[in-house]
Amino acid sequence: MDLDCTDEQKAFRQEVRSWLENHVPEKPLPSFDASREGFEAHRAWERVLAEGRWGMVTWPESYGGRGLDLIQWLTFEEEYYRAGAPLRVNQNGIFLLGPTLMEYGTDEQKARFLTAMASGDEIWAQAWSEPQAGSDLAAVRASAVLEGDEYVLKGHKIWSSRAVFADWAFGLFRTDPASQRHKGLSLIFFPLDAPGVRVQAIPQIDGETGFAEIFLDDVRVPAFNRLGGEGEGWNICMATAGFERGLMLRSPARFQVAARKLVDLYKAHEAEVEPTVRAAVLQSWMDAEAYALSIYATASRLAAGGHIGAEASTNKIFWSEMDIAMHKAALSILGARAELLRRAPEAGGIGRWLDGYFFSLAGPIYAGSNEIQRNIIAERMLGLPRA
Amino acid sequence: MDFRFSEEQTMTADVVRELLADACQPADLRRLMGEGAARDEARWAKIVQMGLAGALVPEDKGGLGLSAIDFVQIAEVCGYAGLPEPLVENAGVALPLLAAFASNDRAAALLERALAGEVTVSVAHPANPFVADADTAEAVLVVRNGAVHLVEAAKARIVAQPSVDPFRRLFTVAFEPSAETLIAEANEADAALAAALDRGALFAAAQMQGIAQRCVDLGVAYAKERQQFGKPIGSYQAVKHHLATAQVKIEFARPVLHAAAAQLEQGDIYSRARISQAKLACTDASDVAARTSIQVHGAMGYSWEVDVHFFLKRGIALTNWWGGPAFHRERVAARVLARPLGPEHTFAREAANA
Repeated sequence: MDLDCTDEQKAFRQEVRSWLENHVPEKPLPSFDASREGFEAHRAWERVLAEGRWGMVTWPESYGGRGLDLIQWLTFEEEYYRAGAPLRVNQNGIFLLGPTLMEYGTDEQKARFLTAMASGDEIWAQAWSEPQAGSDLAAVRASAVLEGDEYVLKGHKIWSSRAVFADWAFGLFRTDPASQRHKGLSLIFFPLDAPGVRVQAIPQIDGETGFAEIFLDDVRVPAFNRLGGEGEGWNICMATAGFERGLMLRSPARFQVAARKLVDLYKAHEAEVEPTVRAAVLQSWMDAEAYALSIYATASRLAAGGHIGAEASTNKIFWSEMDIAMHKAALSILGARAELLRRAPEAGGIGRWLDGYFFSLAGPIYAGSNEIQRNIIAERMLGLPRA
Repeated sequence: MDFRFSEEQTMTADVVRELLADACQPADLRRLMGEGAARDEARWAKIVQMGLAGALVPEDKGGLGLSAIDFVQIAEVCGYAGLPEPLVENAGVALPLLAAFASNDRAAALLERALAGEVTVSVAHPANPFVADADTAEAVLVVRNGAVHLVEAAKARIVAQPSVDPFRRLFTVAFEPSAETLIAEANEADAALAAALDRGALFAAAQMQGIAQRCVDLGVAYAKERQQFGKPIGSYQAVKHHLATAQVKIEFARPVLHAAAAQLEQGDIYSRARISQAKLACTDASDVAARTSIQVHGAMGYSWEVDVHFFLKRGIALTNWWGGPAFHRERVAARVLARPLGPEHTFAREAANA
């Protein structure tokens, strides 16, 4: 065990830091879920990242990456959050679909989709859930029927993050109409502006439109857009979900920076807050550190050839519950001013904790509800019998 | 940067795990309890034979010269087994502390016998109001006004303080401090006593991590067997979710514990905060896991017959051993409120920030 960085790793950190210092926009960008303008500002930032080949450092150089290992990815993420750089509007693409494409895609598919994904030219949404297929994702009904060399897509997808403004979506479709449950599903890509696609925004708790319903009415896409074999969609989705819950979706630096801001907020109000809030602030810092250390342990294991397993589920539970606790601590410190909207004259210095708190409440639900994660831990880690 | 144990480190812990899986079953614990004995001589002889007494004693003082990171998994294994004998306290804390005073002839002579496995040593450290296992120790290292005295157990007034854990006996130790008992003045002893506290807290945390996993494993085994409404209770989500929640606590205490072990030798505000964080996290994991296991066992869980209470009680005992939660939270606060925070400081050390 060696917890010190090599000189090479330290030099890499400096390189990332100085590039970010020169390129991160001075003013925060408007939210990518609130307006087309905000979405396009984030796309422009993705292009800046791609030009510097910083969009996805672990990707091979041929797809715009740098071919770096997971420890260097962690360093990049640490510097990225430290610099306060914009949230990644294309996270569905680069963090989830990208790694899945590299594992299951053909060379032609990789060439077609990865480069445009890395450059920010094509921004991706997820189309998995349906009104009757939430936690029970295997109940998917949306169908894809092969006609010649095209699939005809029909169905109703919901809770699709980024779908309001994104360019493409990857979805789970039943390609075998006689199939039940996990069998007979395939993963298929479709452009969100294709004829027959209608996207309906769903306002969220925070008033923004981060997710949407997608209605597909005889949407024709080439069979080329299917990732993996027919009927292999479920297993491929579960691999994607492993990346999502396990490692890439929530890099530890995000929470370590939030914990630092929480400690700063606490220090500014130290005289007014009660001891239980102080304990909660310290616990938030400890939890953010524990999550970071855990990801370092996982990254070291994966770098040595290991695979991510059910610990993806423990990670998802841990960060989602930590995120809520952290924001609750901040709201406690702010007291009665916590409820002010940022345009209120008295709202100086209250930050974005209320927005963050709302968003944290979604954490235990998206990417597989925490109840489902606990089932996975109980059955796959602990070996308890299925119901 | 490589957050993995070496094969040798894991192999050593596996050897201890196998020995204890064989020699330290709950039935063995019950037999020992029935006899009212503090130590199973046959098991202790096997442990001594493994030659771990000097694990953390420097090589130039006759030990193996290993580090906390080499020993932390062994301490976890001892916690998992609920080991009554003081392998962790003797090899993990007392002997490295004694070795720090080996320029004193009495200390050196005692260290030699302890390294040979003939005797054990206990510590009366200001962090703990009692002395564990003083009745089976040859001698006790006692701190008075910051100075360290070495007192033969036979010459001290040792008073038992009956406590909840039947396998970890507590005592108070009284003696007359003199020039003869003194082995280190306060200014000579400071650093060694601080290191002893760090090791004590770290290895107590490690044992609690083992305790936590044992409690979950006992609960899981029972939930697979016990049938209600015609099915194993472990197939019901209410039971599954309890156990999964406890396992999440364990999963996120582990990397903190292992980082704390790797950083212990730094001996600075960062490594002390990490050790304290590990103590807090492992205490929480052991508390949640023990209560979960009792709940999953139902009324059986509240009975003397089911083994969970051994681990519940060891967890209660270690919660305040080498500093309780309030003490350790303040050591975390000292780092959080006075040093730089953020992702680039996860593995910080004082020397690099000087």
